[in-house]
Amino acid sequence: MNLRADWALERPGRNAGFALAPSRWIPSATGGTEKHVTVEGFNIPGCAGRLMLQDHLISAKQLTRTDIEAILDRAVEYADARGGGHENALLGLLFFEPSTRTKMSFDTAMKRLGGDTVDMGALESSSASKGESLADTVRVVAGYTDAIVLRHPSEGAAKLAAEFADIPVINAGDGAGQHPTQTLLDLFTIRESAGLEDLTVGIMGDLKYGRTVHSLAAALSKFGANQHFISPESLRLPRGVRYDLHEAGAQVREHTELEAVLPELDVLYVTRIQRERFPDEQEYRAIAGEYRIDEAALAKAKPALTLMHPLPRVDEIAAAVDELSHATYFQQAHNGVPVRMALLDTMLGADGGGR
Amino acid sequence: MTDEPDRELRVSKIENGTVIDHIAAGQAVTVLAILGIDGARGEEVSVGINVPSDRLGRKDIVKVEGRELNQDEVDVLSLIAPAASINIVREYDVIEKARVTSPETVSGVLSCPNTNCISTGREPVESRFAVLGEAVRCVYCETIIREDLPRRIDV
Repeated sequence: MNLRADWALERPGRNAGFALAPSRWIPSATGGTEKHVTVEGFNIPGCAGRLMLQDHLISAKQLTRTDIEAILDRAVEYADARGGGHENALLGLLFFEPSTRTKMSFDTAMKRLGGDTVDMGALESSSASKGESLADTVRVVAGYTDAIVLRHPSEGAAKLAAEFADIPVINAGDGAGQHPTQTLLDLFTIRESAGLEDLTVGIMGDLKYGRTVHSLAAALSKFGANQHFISPESLRLPRGVRYDLHEAGAQVREHTELEAVLPELDVLYVTRIQRERFPDEQEYRAIAGEYRIDEAALAKAKPALTLMHPLPRVDEIAAAVDELSHATYFQQAHNGVPVRMALLDTMLGADGGGR
Repeated sequence: MTDEPDRELRVSKIENGTVIDHIAAGQAVTVLAILGIDGARGEEVSVGINVPSDRLGRKDIVKVEGRELNQDEVDVLSLIAPAASINIVREYDVIEKARVTSPETVSGVLSCPNTNCISTGREPVESRFAVLGEAVRCVYCETIIREDLPRRIDV
């Protein structure tokens, strides 16, 4: 097992030693006090009592534990009921990147709430392909709809969109940045299966580019979970994410192998390692093979281990594993609808959502 | 001014302008680059590099005749020379003496090194970075720049 623990921002070429020591050079970004932090528009809420969700959902970091629990509680209600309540609301689905589950579940969620959605049609025929800036697209669509859901290949796209929209913007994935709504359904799934108290989670695969991982890690730190990150060296968590976890006081360890840590885990969250992250096919196959889950790999897992995956899966979880009681990823995907209903209900407000 | 000779200064006093003192040893040239001072416009500039200093051991010092730094320039300076002090001089007297303090954000001065960041594309926004001590962080993609910060400055 390879323990790495440079959670403060290490100087290059210098071993920072064990990490949870106070940062040597950065003043605490959150300061431990009730101040709002640094990055304007992110409004990392230290303010108890004010639900930020009237504004935008850009990063999982901005969600407090209270925010998350309120949404999950609401999602439980929607899972058992039909919905409705936002009959006049119109949601803009701006997907600049292919998406199946996220787009369909937002579409379904809005319609189950009684509202409707509009989208851009095929990417090739959209204004983006003519060279329009995201800022302009967002300003136009903000005039049509009551909220915008944005998926975009560039990091920071949702943050930028929020600066140009006078309606709520929901980040549905920005490049290798964040994917906070996936995190909400991940947490919903974990709460149903393993519970969110005294939790030990392993997150494995492409941790560098995996936006679902970045968001999930930020949120799990609010619940005091023990987090183990398992990846090849070249795909470890990016510096910015490590920095945030360090600042949040998260309980974290990094590993290059699953085996030693697996028996401790309540949840194993697997992500796909993509071919395009590697210079050649051979290296990709060798590395991806080491992070593949089959029945044998789970032999030493707790009987109650919850095995999750944001999907789409290619072959990082063998099909035979689907039959095991560990397999939770399809239920996880189903949870997207009630969780996104709860989120939309919160962000559209109590007035029914129309203008 | 007192009669006590200033033993640290190896360069002449200026009449009107700015003295940037207590720059980390070896950083004076970078400071000049950031401020766009290359002598091409005829400014009278004195530079001391690796001169003895009680506080820093060794330090750099820059004196620019005929130019008072504005706040934006001081903000940028704070990133590269956080320990610097700035003296505005008029008629040979220091009329304003200030330590550099870091701003909360820096806009438009640095470019984000992440080529996939939305701020590096064709969007109508300036780059913007939150200042975290000696590092800065892109407010869009959250990339942290530290070691190569001087190289990310658009001069």
